[in-house]
Amino acid sequence: MSTENMNLTLKVWRQTDNKAQGNLVDYKVSDVSPDMSFLEMFDVLNEDLITKGDDPIVFDHDCREGICGACSMYINGRPHGPKELVTTCQLHMRSFKDGDTIVVEPWRAKAFPVIKDLAVDRTAFDRIIAAGGFISVNTGNAQDANAIPIPKSQSDAAFEAAACIACGACVATCKNASAMLFTSAKISQLALLPQGQPERYRRAQSMVAQMDAEGFGNCTNTGACEAECPKGISLENIARMNRDFYHAKFVSEEEV
Amino acid sequence: MASFGNAFSSSIGKKLIMGITGLFLILFLIVHVFINSLIFFNDGGQTFNQGAEFMAHNWIIRAGEIVLFVGLLAHIYQGLRLVFENRAARPVKYAAYNGSANSKWYSRSMGLLGTLLLIFLIVHLSDFWVVSRFTGIPTEDALGKEDLFAVMVDKFQNLGIVILYVLAMVSLAYHLLHGFASAFQTLGWNHKKYSPIIRAFGFWYSIIISVLFALMPVAIYTGIIK
Ligand code: HEM
Ligand code: SF4
Ligand code: FES
Repeated sequence: MSTENMNLTLKVWRQTDNKAQGNLVDYKVSDVSPDMSFLEMFDVLNEDLITKGDDPIVFDHDCREGICGACSMYINGRPHGPKELVTTCQLHMRSFKDGDTIVVEPWRAKAFPVIKDLAVDRTAFDRIIAAGGFISVNTGNAQDANAIPIPKSQSDAAFEAAACIACGACVATCKNASAMLFTSAKISQLALLPQGQPERYRRAQSMVAQMDAEGFGNCTNTGACEAECPKGISLENIARMNRDFYHAKFVSEEEV
Repeated sequence: MASFGNAFSSSIGKKLIMGITGLFLILFLIVHVFINSLIFFNDGGQTFNQGAEFMAHNWIIRAGEIVLFVGLLAHIYQGLRLVFENRAARPVKYAAYNGSANSKWYSRSMGLLGTLLLIFLIVHLSDFWVVSRFTGIPTEDALGKEDLFAVMVDKFQNLGIVILYVLAMVSLAYHLLHGFASAFQTLGWNHKKYSPIIRAFGFWYSIIISVLFALMPVAIYTGIIK
């Protein structure tokens, strides 16, 4: 924990495009304020690179307040860095010490090919959602708050599942590059609410099929995803998805 | 016509097979450790030989043995498939990967621990199962029962074999420390009230079963049981 400005060594993955061979490149950044965010430090480094006529480092970012899920850096062997329940954009440099060497890599998964440097293609997630992560009927205007009574515990669990920002840290950290936590959160947020019931089992089946087709690995319940998820999505969602999947396959008479 | 479709080729279906066969192996180990623990009566193996004879001639047990073998083969096949598919799901490895920050090493090493168990199983089955089922147990005990205990005593005079058995039981303990609770999660049994009980039970199951098994070769080698 530093309160003084720091000098750091970064080892950043550089790769010109999806086909190219990438490698880690060393950068010195000096006079880094502990109050900077991790991305602001990258902004400073990129300004520097541009001034020198070098190619700036490409990385994904958008909201910079932990809600969009765009930022995606694998920092010193952990997605979104060393702190729990924060995204890379909300990680501050006070989490590091003067003289530290920080390794920054893109998410690594067959289903998340590198676009350039630290930016990866996460459209596999979009296709999983497109396979069934929605409700087909128009739900109309917002209902009166108490028109459909939902038990508090149920709505809390749905809300917690809905907190997933689709950042992909779960895939990035999983030794199997499995997308079970993400997919289960997106299935659960609907499976827990009345509006999600009519398509519940069909949805579980289609989204799991798409997840497999994208080339994510198989879950072995290591729990790494839950530990690293910036939104604290729970493994209970994976168990719920498994139950819904078994229901679709072995209980339901319908076949999708 | 509706069918089960691709239920078992999907990632969750594959895990379901792992979980069910794993739990079946866990049930089998309870019976196995119970019968083998009869050697601790230290009566020259008489009680144990009686138990072994019962197991060898009871048709329910013999039928169960077939299910067990099919299950074991399915578990091994599916397990190795998971290992290779999961490796392929991350073609480019991380330069820095801090796995211990978020998960237990043995949960990340199920394939390795399982492979160690597989090597052990090949030695173990040819040492005992092949002898008792096919090539025949050479001697009889005082009661005229086939003396499986004598086969055991004979094998466990070899320090190398004893060490192999103990190491295999360490692998088993770690395989089950993760596998026991993992199987329930795979089956979808994650529950605020039951999961802590399952985890505690799985912990003690793994330790007790592995320690009891490991004590057998050690006790015979050191001559405590004879
Ligand atoms: C006495 C022998 C064994 C027992 C009792 C046992 C038990 C289990 C259990 C309960 C699981 C968890 C299943 C789940 O999460 O749904 C498991 C997983 C696994 N086992 Fe075994 N197993 C045994 C032998 C083997 C062998 C011989 C292999 C050899 C390759 C193996 C490889 C695996 C693998 C790769 C996994 C997947 C990891 C995971 O799903 O977490 N196991 N085992
Ligand atoms: S489950 Fe968590 S780690 Fe995975 S995509 Fe959603 S927010 Fe990110
Ligand atoms: S930039 Fe939006 S969550 Fe980090």
